[in-house]
Amino acid sequence: MTNTAISVSDLSKKYDDRLAVSHINFEVPLGIVCGFVGPNGSGKTTTMRMLLGLITPTTGQGHILGEPIEHPEKYLSRVGAMIEGPAFYPALSGYENLMVLAKLGGFPVERVQQLLDKVGLGDRGKSKFKTYSLGMKQRLGIAAALLPDPKLLMLDEPTNGLDPEGIQEVRALLRDLANDGTTVFVSSHLLSELEIISDYIVMLRKGEIVFAGPIGELMAQQQPTIIAKSLNEADLVRIVEISERAGHHAVIRDDSVHILAEMDWAPVLNRAAFEAGITLAQLAPQLPNLEETFFEMTGDK
Amino acid sequence: MFNVVKAELRKLRRPTLFFGTIGSALFFTGLITSFIYLMIDSPQGNGDRGRTIGREVLTLASGSVNGFASVGGFLGIIALCVFAAQTAQEYTYGTLRNLLIRQPGRMKILFGKFISMMLFALVMITIAAFVSVGISYMLAPGAEVNTDLWFTTDGFQAIFSTYINVTISVVAFGIVGMVLGLLMRSPISAISFGVLWLLIVENLLIAVKSSWQSWLPGAQLNAIASGGLVDLTYKHALAVGGIYVSVGAIIASILFVRRDVAN
Repeated sequence: MTNTAISVSDLSKKYDDRLAVSHINFEVPLGIVCGFVGPNGSGKTTTMRMLLGLITPTTGQGHILGEPIEHPEKYLSRVGAMIEGPAFYPALSGYENLMVLAKLGGFPVERVQQLLDKVGLGDRGKSKFKTYSLGMKQRLGIAAALLPDPKLLMLDEPTNGLDPEGIQEVRALLRDLANDGTTVFVSSHLLSELEIISDYIVMLRKGEIVFAGPIGELMAQQQPTIIAKSLNEADLVRIVEISERAGHHAVIRDDSVHILAEMDWAPVLNRAAFEAGITLAQLAPQLPNLEETFFEMTGDK
Repeated sequence: MFNVVKAELRKLRRPTLFFGTIGSALFFTGLITSFIYLMIDSPQGNGDRGRTIGREVLTLASGSVNGFASVGGFLGIIALCVFAAQTAQEYTYGTLRNLLIRQPGRMKILFGKFISMMLFALVMITIAAFVSVGISYMLAPGAEVNTDLWFTTDGFQAIFSTYINVTISVVAFGIVGMVLGLLMRSPISAISFGVLWLLIVENLLIAVKSSWQSWLPGAQLNAIASGGLVDLTYKHALAVGGIYVSVGAIIASILFVRRDVAN
């Protein structure tokens, strides 16, 4: 019995001369929420497609729930997925669309209405898919992914088009699923959302893995910042000087000084500024968030 | 594969598609069958390409299914459109990835789709057969066609063999549609190419050189529906048409199984 939901080794996909995914290695443990992040075109969807048996890898191996990705028939009955947005038949209702997939997968048809209720489409199930808003289409896609009562759920940008309330509902749903033992592998450009729900992060850049591991480990690798603001703008330069003298790199950004230093240096700075006759209007230690870390690691900003 | 058939039938039973297709089939069946009897004395002929189907032919035991055999080609074109659209739409809607996630056996998907569409075609053919024979029986007295031999043992045998021939032809047209859908991955392109080729290009080619009729795919399938033509035997049409359909189906199946699903 394996304890990894996804295991990937030296996996690559080459289109013509371009490596869309380049020799990636990572593992995702069972029963967690794993965020899958990377800039557009970094290879997230290609990786997901390889894991689902939709495209053939150029090199490498992968295992899903302990089964090799060369044999998707051995694991897909336990996997739910929505990739590259919801795709359904426009002329069929939401209910009929799910029935097609329920019949195809041999799942109990009673689940269709239950899932429509679960994603908040219970009263719109009989409407044609083409009449749905983007948010409703997204909810139907999530319902379709949940049809097999999956051990592993792979979602590509599931909160696209959802309003804040919908995003919160999806976040709660994914957390609940993980609490019930489902492994959730989710990509999103809303990094703040992923930061809240993810236990694990896999970060891609230009087809290569930048980081794969627990989110706490990623954050611990990042240096904390102290943000200092003064009533007098001229004092900002003096704060930089005080910081640099103490061996901490500091820059002025947006009318405040950003100092790379541990949190416990903040009181030291406060005292030094007071002794130098500087009145601080704000002194805030700040841990880097996923978004900042992402930009730093992927070099996008 | 049974699950694939059940899933596909849910798509095919959509009222607009089902009644629209059956409606088209009935329209062509009614029109072509009626022409045979209403224009029986017309100097322009009452059959395909100005052919004359006289009383002496219609009074035979096989007379009841002359209209049905003539409409076989049109039913085939309807089947080609339905099979092509139902196959290619999976690419344009991006729904193929959903199907393959729920059923990764690609040949199972392909066979399941084929069986469900074949069942759909059988319903269409059966209704068309009843309607054509019914219209023929109603219009025969007015056209002074004797129907005494139509419902004898030989008559029923002729109805059965024509039904089988039309079914082979329509299903073969459908496979051509499926092949075009898989190759072109767009319903509009697949249907346009298929219909233009069968209705215009082949007729032009045959008009330029009549001997090409023995080798062009659409002509073979039409000849099968009619049980063979004067200048194109049933056996030859079955063999050449079978080769076209088999080669196309094999190439399209290999592509479907091996091609990445990247949309």
